[in-house]
Formats: sequence, structure tokens, C-alpha cells
Amino acid sequence: MALKLWASSAANALKLSSRASAPFPASSISRCFSSVIDGFRYSDSHEWVKHQGDVATIGITDHAQGHLGEVVFVELPESGTSVTKGSGFGAVESVKATSDVNSPISGEVIEVNSKLTGAPGLINTSTYEDGWMIKVKPSDPSELQSLMDSKEYSKFCEEEDAH
Amino acid sequence: MALPQAIKAGLPCMNLLRMTAVPILEQLYLEERLLRTSAENWCIINHGTSLPTIVMGISGRPSELVELKPVLRDQIPVIRRFSGGGTVIIDNGTLFVSLICNKNAIPGLQPYPHPIMSWTGQMYGQVLHEFGDFHLRENDYAFNSHKFGGNAQSIIKDRWIHHTSFLWDYDARNMEYLKLPSRAPKYRSARSHVEFLCRMKNYVPSRTTFIEGTIKSLGGHFSIRPFDLDELEDNEFDLTTPENTRSLAKDVASEKDDIAGTRNCERVYRWSKKDAHDASKDEKLRMKSAQEEGQSWI
Repeated sequence: MALKLWASSAANALKLSSRASAPFPASSISRCFSSVIDGFRYSDSHEWVKHQGDVATIGITDHAQGHLGEVVFVELPESGTSVTKGSGFGAVESVKATSDVNSPISGEVIEVNSKLTGAPGLINTSTYEDGWMIKVKPSDPSELQSLMDSKEYSKFCEEEDAH
Repeated sequence: MALPQAIKAGLPCMNLLRMTAVPILEQLYLEERLLRTSAENWCIINHGTSLPTIVMGISGRPSELVELKPVLRDQIPVIRRFSGGGTVIIDNGTLFVSLICNKNAIPGLQPYPHPIMSWTGQMYGQVLHEFGDFHLRENDYAFNSHKFGGNAQSIIKDRWIHHTSFLWDYDARNMEYLKLPSRAPKYRSARSHVEFLCRMKNYVPSRTTFIEGTIKSLGGHFSIRPFDLDELEDNEFDLTTPENTRSLAKDVASEKDDIAGTRNCERVYRWSKKDAHDASKDEKLRMKSAQEEGQSWI
């Protein structure tokens, strides 16, 4: 089991080296095996949030996509749906498994990534860019402060994989 | 029959719910609700299902996976389950075993598809290795390269389900309702359904041997507690219609517009103690009748 997790993470590291130059305002850092983006916030259920003005963009992290495997189907809510911090808003299918995706913050969905319907693998290949899942208008921006920063999240992932 | 000691110190409890011929739609409703609303670990075993039924994974599309004309002609129910994975056709020869666990129930097991599949594969391997060359092949259970068990999972924040349909026996004619899937494991090597599958009954002495072996294997990780169907209502589990399991009768009918007037009955089940009791009672009568006529059940 541990060997499989290590192999998955090593594969991510190899893929990530080519994504290090992605055009993000904050620097992307490869720590250990899964990548994180400085300036993003992260939940303990492995979702990321990019907060810009009134809009929060949400997706699942590189750690999550690496452990899930090839994503073949994505279920997303409709625009206008309310999301609640810690509760599920959609799901991804990979390797015969559906996995819930939880919202790190509360608010209203203002846009969903329709590209994922025809290209669910964007979650694997462009985790922090084209693989975004929903955009939310936060109802309580202070919720972002309770999420982890990139350093804290990297440590969280290392501890999780160490078990 | 022998069961492991009910309570084992230091092991998490797992409720063991045994059913007979409960319709698969009801079973899936129950599983989805227990996954999302219960905080306990569960093992659900169902011997067979009353009607041949096609069950697709959450992303399945009837037009791509089933032969619509014969399905509509013969009124074969088509259901979309809440978990991932492929399409199966199940009948009274299918044996269902479902495991619903809290994410910390098994020490060191991370709640992701591969670790869960690996752990359950090892658990069933302990049961089946003496009966054949058992393998976990690309997420299927197989003897040599012949599949007898199909798996699917659903993982939520703090819990997961791994459910398996075991082909104790099957009617080869039912396979004609299914198309060859476009997404298939490599080891299938483009074989037809009949060439790819095998029957557990040709390897394992009896269903009882397999079930008791599975319970014993689980007993190494959990303290098994037999649970009665009656207790479900007593415990006030939410048994209303769940979120993702549903009949696809209307979808199948609408995808075959040229069959005018054909309608697949929409079997909308509502779980009730009476439904389960009646299904179980009917099946027991059929079993008794078969045994009296000298037919093999096990």
C-alpha cells in the first residue's frame, strides 16, 4: 500500500516539473512529491481555493488527483446553487470509484467549468489551471482564513502519506 | 453456522446485515443512505436479486452500454448506481457483498481507490486462494484471467463503500443485453462476455463456504455484530430516496424513439420493512420448493 502511494507521488513529481512555469501570479512550488501553489488556500479534504476579489475558484489538489488516478467523469452543480463549507458540491469518478468533492467555503456558485464534461482529464493534467471546477461568490470571506496555506498543506500531505 | 465472537476488544464494530433476494434498487438505496447518514461500519450481504437487472455506474450512458432494443422489448430494468465503475447485469445467481467503512476503521488505510481496492483484494484473497488462482486484476476479482467479481466504490469525506457483485452463477443469455464496453481492462483482451467471465460455483464448494469465509476474514479486522433488518427502522436511519441511485427507465425509453408505444415500467421502490420481509419470504419459499424437487440451490 505504501509502495503504491509512493509510486503515485513520484509520478506526480515527474509530471509537475513541466508545470512549474505555469503563468500564475504566485510562484508554484514543488514540495516533496505533490505540487502546491503559493497564495492559494487548501482544505483538509484536498481542495484548493484561489481568491480574487469577489470570486473564489475551486478545484481539487495535485495530491488528490494523484491518489485518485485518471479522472473519467466529473459531476458539477448548476450555477446559482448554494455551497456550504465542508459539504459536498460534486464528485469525480476514477478507477471505478466516485469521490465527493467538498467546498472549502460557503457561497453561491456563479460559474462551473463546462470543459470538464468533455475533458475530465484536465483535472489530472492542469490541476490548478484548466482543471478548476467551480467559481463561487463567497458569503463569508473570513472562512478562507481557516484554510491552510501552501506550506501548511504540504506538511499535511506529507503527514498523511507517512501513515 | 459459526460466526466470529461477537465482540472483540480493540476492534471497531461492523454491523452484518444479511438479506435474500432484496431487489437491487432497494439494496442500492439502502447502501447510499447508510454511507451518507450512518456513522457505523457495515457489511451487507444479499443473495441474488428477484429480477434480471442492468446496473450502470454513475457515468454510464444506456445508449453506449446496453442493447436498447432487446432491453426495451423484454422490459429489463436499468439502474444507475451512485458508485463508479462499469455495467453489469445481475440476477438471482449474483451474490452481493458491500463494505461500508469509516475512513479510520482500518489503521493505515488511506481513503483512495487503489488502497481500498488493494485491502479488499487481500481480504477476499484470504477467503478464495484455496479454491483457485485468485487475482485482483485491474480492479476485478478473477480466477486466472476469468472475472467473477466486479467492484465499485464511492468515497465521501470520512467514509467509503466498496461493493462487489459476485457471479456465483449467471445466465449467459442475459449477457446479450450488454454491449462490449469501450473502456475495458487490458487483461480482457477483447474477449466476449462469455469468454471473459467465469462462475464462482465452479470453484467454490458452496455460497455458504464463501460467505462464512468472508465473515471470518472480516473478523480479523472488525468485531462483527449481526444486524437485523427490523433494526433499521428502529434506529431511524434516513431511508428516503437517496441522491444518486435511480431507475433509468425513462432515459432508456427516450433513447429509442422509434419504438413507439414501448414503455419500460418505472419501478420506483420505496424501502419498507414489509417489502424486505415479503421479498425474503417469497425467495425462501422458492428455495424450499427447489430443494424439495431435488434442485440444487447452493
